[in-house]
Amino acid sequence: MSADKPTTDLTTSSTSTSSVEHHGDHVPERFENPGLPPHVHRMGDTDPAAAKRSERQVVALFTLSIIGTIGFVVAYFAVPPGETVASMRLSNLLLGIGLFLAMFGIGVAAVHWAKTLMSDHERVEARHPQKSDPETRAGAIAALSEGAADSGIQRRSLLKGAVVSAVALAPLTIAVPLVGEVGGDWNVSKFRHTLWERGRRLTRDPSGTPIKPAEVTRGSVYHVIPDGLREADHWIEEKAKAVVLMVRIDPDQLTEADDRKDWSYEGIVAYSKICTHVGCPVALYEQQTHHLLCPCHQSTFDMADGAKVVFGPASRPLPQLPITVDDEGYLIAQDDFNEPIGPSYWERLK
Amino acid sequence: MKAIAARRHHRLAPVVLLLLALLVTGALYAVLAPSAQSAPAPTEDDVVAGEALFQANCATCHGPNAEGREGAPSLIGVGAAAVDFQVSTGRMPMQMNGPQAAAKPPQFEEEEIAQLAAYVASLGPGPAIPSDEQVDPALGDAANGMALFRTNCAMCHGAIGKGGALSEGKYAPDLSGSTPTEIYEAMLTGPQSMPVFNDANLTPEEKRDIIAYLDVQQAGSPGGTDLGSVGPVAEGLWVWVVGIGLLISLSVWIGAKSS
Repeated sequence: MSADKPTTDLTTSSTSTSSVEHHGDHVPERFENPGLPPHVHRMGDTDPAAAKRSERQVVALFTLSIIGTIGFVVAYFAVPPGETVASMRLSNLLLGIGLFLAMFGIGVAAVHWAKTLMSDHERVEARHPQKSDPETRAGAIAALSEGAADSGIQRRSLLKGAVVSAVALAPLTIAVPLVGEVGGDWNVSKFRHTLWERGRRLTRDPSGTPIKPAEVTRGSVYHVIPDGLREADHWIEEKAKAVVLMVRIDPDQLTEADDRKDWSYEGIVAYSKICTHVGCPVALYEQQTHHLLCPCHQSTFDMADGAKVVFGPASRPLPQLPITVDDEGYLIAQDDFNEPIGPSYWERLK
Repeated sequence: MKAIAARRHHRLAPVVLLLLALLVTGALYAVLAPSAQSAPAPTEDDVVAGEALFQANCATCHGPNAEGREGAPSLIGVGAAAVDFQVSTGRMPMQMNGPQAAAKPPQFEEEEIAQLAAYVASLGPGPAIPSDEQVDPALGDAANGMALFRTNCAMCHGAIGKGGALSEGKYAPDLSGSTPTEIYEAMLTGPQSMPVFNDANLTPEEKRDIIAYLDVQQAGSPGGTDLGSVGPVAEGLWVWVVGIGLLISLSVWIGAKSS
């Protein structure tokens, strides 16, 4: 309706808004529908030579696809993957190029055909109101009310309770197995403890051979798993919890808390390899600075000072494994880790 | 003999016996101990020539007696393997101070490196340069090498040894250009940020297995281009920039009116 307004009305309304005047722009209250731009003919619509050229291009693209298909079949038989990596790479490369040309040629040819040669009549499809007319709406409400009255659900409250309960409970037949299967095991407390216990030997990962203190020379780093790991139930889960990184630190560089003085052995310290941020294996040990870097989010721990966080998002030190030696001179654990390994979730349970 | 037998209860007899036992053990060890060095044993001339080279090129930082200074470690006891690794990869002499000494074209001839190594080895016992047999990839077990590499090396050097970043500008270098001898020496001596993997941690056979695994990686990826094998960053960059860029430009082309 306002589109029918004469333009003089628009100028008077614009004077009432100071911001418009300030910018000096002429902003109408409502824009007129500009309608469709005049139809521009494509080159091919007026010039037969251009149409012929487009046709040739489409044919060329389809031909490219045919060549790709033939090339794929030829490569499949002529260049099979052999024993060497180079022959596998060549086979994969040729098959990939053939497949790409076969598919891409058809797709691009079809689009090009539609854009340049098929009819370009512009059609306008007006959008109709989605709301139904009043009679239909009233009829629907009447039918629903009649149905509700007929069922007697207002009068029979027991029936109402029964139908609501049945419908509400039925989804449990899907939800309970789904949650049960996805969750697997909801026993969280098992993450509190690892395989480490008093007297369990520290062994090399992956060979499982025990370690003597003299073998842990200065600057060495040992990736450690508990002895007998392979015999444990779910050993791979146990490994994920129990992995340890062990280094020797010079006594004059080692800082130890008073209550942990006897947790190291001759300067050899062992810490959990599971980051306290989100549980990545943190194992990038820089032997000159004694810093241990986590590759996921760059948390850095100082192995010479209780594995304290010196950089990054982790919020607590790596749990320490108290170690000593047994009668045969091999390194053993004194106990489990001093606290649960992994993300700082445990802090909240305290 | 009777005179000796008469004194067998002398209170110094155990000490004398102990000394004799030590002498015999030492002598036997010196004769029978296997030598890791396969190259011709360095002569006295090599040590002298090496010392001259050291005084001219290394003593400024490491001190006239290789005793080390502030920021430059002592070289007494680092062994010939450390010298061979650092000098033959061009890391030493160091070009400039930085987060770490980068590899560059070696500054010395092979013979000069051997002389330097002989001199430093003469200062104190240390790891020797490995023999050709110790580093021959053909003699190693690549599958076992993969398990060992995954546990001990991959966190820094990447799954197939293409290197990776460490903290504060340091980095674990790409191993694809390293010779088997260099890889062995690096494990044995722990250059710069890298920890030491002594023969008790990774036995000489296990070191050779790791070399065999890295040698297999030289053949490349069977699936085509590996985008540098540096992990999800390179792959993500390709997908987001090149892949999605191509999809957007194709969509624009499909939607544009033909002229």
